[in-house]
Amino acid sequence: MNLSRVGAIVVRMFYLYRGSPQRVFPIFIFVAIDVLVWGFLTRYLNSVSHAGFNFVPALLGAVLLWDFLTRVMQQITMALFEDVWTRNFLNFFATPLRTSEYLAGLLIVAIITSGLSLVAMLILARAAFGLSFLTYGAPLAPFLMVLFLTGIALGVAASALVLRLGPASEWLIWPIPMLISPFAGVFYPITVLPGWMQAVALILPPAYVFEGMRSVVAGEPAPWDRLAIGAMLALVYLALACLFFFATYRAVIRTGLIARYSAETVT
Amino acid sequence: MNRPPPPAVLKVERLEKSFGEVRAVDGVSFRVAQGEIVGLVGPNGAGKTTTINMILGVLEPGGGRIEIEGVDLAVDRSRALSNTNFAAVYAPLPGNLTVEQNLRVFGMLYGVRDLPARIEKLLAVYDLMRYRRTKAGVLSSGEQTRLSLAKAMLNRPRLLLLDEPTASIDPSNARDIRAGIAKFVDNGLCGVLWTSHNMYEVQAVCDRVMFLSHGRIVLEGDPKTLPEEHGAASLDDLFVNVAQEALHEAGGR
Repeated sequence: MNLSRVGAIVVRMFYLYRGSPQRVFPIFIFVAIDVLVWGFLTRYLNSVSHAGFNFVPALLGAVLLWDFLTRVMQQITMALFEDVWTRNFLNFFATPLRTSEYLAGLLIVAIITSGLSLVAMLILARAAFGLSFLTYGAPLAPFLMVLFLTGIALGVAASALVLRLGPASEWLIWPIPMLISPFAGVFYPITVLPGWMQAVALILPPAYVFEGMRSVVAGEPAPWDRLAIGAMLALVYLALACLFFFATYRAVIRTGLIARYSAETVT
Repeated sequence: MNRPPPPAVLKVERLEKSFGEVRAVDGVSFRVAQGEIVGLVGPNGAGKTTTINMILGVLEPGGGRIEIEGVDLAVDRSRALSNTNFAAVYAPLPGNLTVEQNLRVFGMLYGVRDLPARIEKLLAVYDLMRYRRTKAGVLSSGEQTRLSLAKAMLNRPRLLLLDEPTASIDPSNARDIRAGIAKFVDNGLCGVLWTSHNMYEVQAVCDRVMFLSHGRIVLEGDPKTLPEEHGAASLDDLFVNVAQEALHEAGGR
């Protein structure tokens, strides 16, 4: 892997962010809105609930962790969309740039921007609603890691879809996290789901994170073995997503779609 | 004693590409030597851009072989393309980056040594100094062409692919650009494959021209003597004759 070429992808995104508040703003604004809406909701639920249950770490924390996964996925696809919007694939892929280097550049951009989102989220949730992610203790690290890997896997797979289906597939990409969330048990235990949805949840790494988070909030020991399963699943999905991206790239080179990308199909 | 011919920077052997039933490129073979400018001309849809896309590694050939500086493109695409660059009217650089940012990003992709100095030189050569902080998207089409050419020269390519490089610029600028490219090629290390619909341009800059029609090279030779050899008044007339013959041939199939 050539670091200069990976760096070129990162530097390109740095230039775009530096000169464009409209790109920087979404890194923080959606997180801030979620913190406020769900923060006030949990505060209200705490005031009307007499069960003594603290909704802040269970509900607001879950929303913010899910937000983190969504940000990671979107930051990868956003970086790819920059090349879609500027019709730049021909320019980039006619250089010595390798697919793996392009993908590595997108990942670094996603790590930096989603990291900024995470920091903003932590500061705001702590300042406005007293939520500290440290409440989750040591399992916080695997929680974030599993969600991060899943977000990357989703982002890479979504990018492959965009590469294969063309610019109009943008609408298909954004709702992906929403489609997964009912199965992942972000807001409720998996046990409330019907059997077939529970079966789907078993193959979703975030489901292990949110089940684990609720266990920790309930004062139970962290389910390390379950988290390990979630982490392994996330790694498998990441590997599959990368293979899917490479295969898609080979297919669009074989058909010539990359050179006629705006046509969406060569037939 | 005869001097050995200059080594080939590009070798294309029996190149093929079909889109469905259409054979876009049909067994094309040619070479481009160091210090040589080769024109690739033909009517729209003849297979020029398809050929160039295959040489650039953005379209997989259906058959045949492409070798750039002795490196098989199918075996080591990245190494082969590190010696190559291109400019094409249909591939403008990202309009949301400035002139300088575009050159920096592409310079990094090509691994250009001493990139800041190289950028300064190219900004001066292509008269882009005053636009260095201007976004590429707001440049005139002529300025965008100059930027594309500056990008194409970043890595001092051994193989330069130019797909109608002067299509959108005025005659005065076009002449300067042709002279600049010819001067770059005169150093003897770079070979150029140049497509154009401007036969005057082909005659002015190309050492050799190949007529492509229906994916095949149907005529090849020195653009200065080829019209006379084939009883045409000019290269323009020869182009029209070849295109019409190919059209009749296709109609008779």
